[in-house]
Amino acid sequence: MKYELVAGFETHVELQTKTKIFCSCTTAFGGDPNTHCCPVCIGLPGTLPKLNEKVVEYAIMAGLATDCEIAGIAKMDRKNYCYPDLPKAYQISQYDKPLCEHGHITLSNGRQIRILRIHIEEDAGKLIHNHGDTFVDYNRGGVPLIEIVTEPDFRSVDEAKEYVERLQQIMRYIGVSDCRMQEGSMRCDVNISVRPEGSEKLGTRTEIKNMNSITNIAKAMEYEYERQVDLIESGGAVVQETLRYDDATNTTSSMRSKEDAHDYRYFREPDLVTIAVPRERVEEIRQSLPELPAQKFKRYTEEFEIPEKDAEKLTKYRAIAEYFDEAAKDLKAPKTAANFILGQIFRRLETEADKEAFLVKTSAAQLNEMCKMLESGKLKNNLAKTALEKMLDSGDPVTKFVSESDMAGLDDNTLTEYCQNAINAMPNAVADYKGGKEKALMALLGNVMKQSRGRADAGAVKEKLKELIG
Amino acid sequence: MTSQIRKIHDMLVSKEISCVELTKKYLAEIENSNKELNAYITVTPDVALAQAKAVDEKIARGEEIGLLEGIPMTLKDNISTKGIETTCASKILTGYKPIYDATVYELLQEQGVVMLGKTNMDEFAMGSSCETSYYGGAKNPHNTGYVSGGSSGGVATAVGASLAVYGLGSDTGGSIRQPASFCGIVGLKPTYGAVSRYGLIAYASSFDQIGPITQSVEDAAIVFDAIAKYDEKDSTSQGGEATLPTLENDIKGKKIGIANQYLNGVREDVKEAVLSAAKQYEDMGAEIIYFDLPELDFALPSYYILAMAEASSNLGRYDGIRYGYKAEHYNGTHDMICRTRSEGFGKEVQRRILMGTYVLSAGYYDAYYKKAVNLRGAIVEAFDRAFEKVDVILAPTAPVTAFENGYLFSDETDQIEQYLSDICTVPVNTAGLPAVSVPCGVDEKGLPIGMQLIGKKFDEKTILNLAYRYEQAVDNFKETKWGVKL
Repeated sequence: MKYELVAGFETHVELQTKTKIFCSCTTAFGGDPNTHCCPVCIGLPGTLPKLNEKVVEYAIMAGLATDCEIAGIAKMDRKNYCYPDLPKAYQISQYDKPLCEHGHITLSNGRQIRILRIHIEEDAGKLIHNHGDTFVDYNRGGVPLIEIVTEPDFRSVDEAKEYVERLQQIMRYIGVSDCRMQEGSMRCDVNISVRPEGSEKLGTRTEIKNMNSITNIAKAMEYEYERQVDLIESGGAVVQETLRYDDATNTTSSMRSKEDAHDYRYFREPDLVTIAVPRERVEEIRQSLPELPAQKFKRYTEEFEIPEKDAEKLTKYRAIAEYFDEAAKDLKAPKTAANFILGQIFRRLETEADKEAFLVKTSAAQLNEMCKMLESGKLKNNLAKTALEKMLDSGDPVTKFVSESDMAGLDDNTLTEYCQNAINAMPNAVADYKGGKEKALMALLGNVMKQSRGRADAGAVKEKLKELIG
Repeated sequence: MTSQIRKIHDMLVSKEISCVELTKKYLAEIENSNKELNAYITVTPDVALAQAKAVDEKIARGEEIGLLEGIPMTLKDNISTKGIETTCASKILTGYKPIYDATVYELLQEQGVVMLGKTNMDEFAMGSSCETSYYGGAKNPHNTGYVSGGSSGGVATAVGASLAVYGLGSDTGGSIRQPASFCGIVGLKPTYGAVSRYGLIAYASSFDQIGPITQSVEDAAIVFDAIAKYDEKDSTSQGGEATLPTLENDIKGKKIGIANQYLNGVREDVKEAVLSAAKQYEDMGAEIIYFDLPELDFALPSYYILAMAEASSNLGRYDGIRYGYKAEHYNGTHDMICRTRSEGFGKEVQRRILMGTYVLSAGYYDAYYKKAVNLRGAIVEAFDRAFEKVDVILAPTAPVTAFENGYLFSDETDQIEQYLSDICTVPVNTAGLPAVSVPCGVDEKGLPIGMQLIGKKFDEKTILNLAYRYEQAVDNFKETKWGVKL
């Protein structure tokens, strides 16, 4: 029997607000243990939280960028559980009134992954185990998070991978998070089950935690899919439990069973007031959002006629897309700029991090200038490549590397002279042409180009040759 | 009773006494009597004398001083004070010295406060007699065979016994008003949100409110006006309206409501004292309106469910990891937390944490917590309706006078009786209203009886105005044998 994979995601994304969600401590990653702390974020008796408005704004941005509905009124709740990294013994989160609901992200295969909800909450501290001792670092405690929960809409590991990439891409575009899985600023939990293909009924799910890269998410899901299928095939049943993924062994192991599940005793956080979200504010935030990758992709492929594969590369990071948008401004063929970016410029950016940062000496405006000169014929194609290399090395504008005479092309006398030279030098070609072989003209053109070191305009040369041959 | 604060202020300004001398008098009397009265958990002579010295220097420089400047006072031991042990009268906070000051203490420091020390209370403010204190209960200054009341028993004893001019307590279900009533003094529970809770160690966050305990109504007004400020550190704070300017206003035509339900189950002599106060108001030109408030019957169960639920969460942080008491012997983190809490919390606190956890648990939430939230809404609406007809509500502060020491925890006493004793005070906290308790008589044993005036939200000025006029007409304040005599 064939089995279908069904999965849903719960993703925690750290928001890169300057200060924490309930106090004014910095959210900067790292720092000596317990130096980014104050009485509020270490939960000293008597302290009270104060909601950071920016957190609400960032969460709304994330909600709008994933087509969510934004709640008019939201509230905070307490999620009670006891763990040394949680100094108040409760996490301030949102239970039944999240800020954002009912959104979606569309994958390249056209399928929509529905987003059930996005809510805001505080991060916990970190336990550090060292030679049998355990230490707590509360620097991360109180860093704002959004939790993005999807419906169980994933049917393959590839969809899951693409979803995570898209989510990272969107969050980075709107600037709410750097989404670095290695640093923990993005953390995914996957709910996964299998069912016989064609069945509508959901199987028993397990939840996998502790995957710190997209590769590991894929591996863990593949492993867990196989494990569940094997279990069912061998007459067993999947047990609802929480699993930890171990990337060293590429296996999952049980963290806790359903019976051990926490009773979080959620109730309304009495120390915070209701969050009112005026519609005008939501509209303001919507207007302030940058063009999103999906919108750019559509524009590039449909209006600019850029191949999908190239459009994907151009939209992957916001810096590239914005560079391209400026470089392609007012061009007859924006594709010209795209080709320079994906060719010569990309060759200089070796890593993904380089591409994401997109630090290029040549400004987008300079590339735009060069492309415009190409389009107007002032700059010949074969010169452009060398010019761009020089521009990228130095940061100087194209005009520095292309002389006045290059840009001016050839005057008529010189053109006539070169064409006559070619006719004299290649009588056979002339004869062939006269005999009806159109192609022979190309040999003569090549000769003229050689003499002009590429400066001649092919169209003008052809006209002149025809005129001289008669 | 006249304002003790004004009296001492005048003495300081006229240099009849220096602030250091005054402070030393109080410290000496605390030294003399605290063993018997058990009002203070921590006395802070160094802090108080340093603060007093600064006031004297200011006076010596010929500078003007504020009304509260140099007035010796005390804070309930659940109000955080930087570098000064703040225990909530619990073993679990042994040795805990906050690294920050509560907003109210900051405000008072700006006014040149002299803080004598931290006063006794029921452990984590859970109790009605001060007897759940890890340090033993504070005794009633009118008769030490009786309790001070609770939970702010230490403040009430200290102020009643003139071991402080005034004090700040906290009121979650009556913890300012009931001990003030038992000790024959004035206690004001402000509107929820009038005074910042920042730095008040939480019992039940949606009920807790800090307020003054004083010998006179005017003193309560002076202190309230000084601390009822909006605080950006407390999202639920709004600040309050000044009460002093209208304190002496005429009360003719004021409508005073008496809800029949408030008199149910109240001891006869207490009821009589309250009704004679009503008569006094009538004589002064106010109108007395009897009405029904049937929702009051839900107030107690609703309060206990919600307060315990919030408490179970608020007290989760005491795990022995970062501060306070930590079990000596344990096996691993989980065991350490269990032992620390079992050894560090008293019986009453553990009982309330257990019940609070229970009512929030999956499967019970709807039957208890959710229902209690709905009842709370109904009580709020009932008071709103009542205040369409009346300006204030007059009621007994407690159904009885001070309990004999140990009575509430003796084997013969039903556990429920302790909770029932809060029946008159709790509805005010449920609805977030202001209320002031003032003495209105004594019982046959000479123990004070208190009545409370309940007002509309943020209408402290009206209840204090009415309380003041009553106090000026009928002075029920009774000096005790204790403390500083000026």
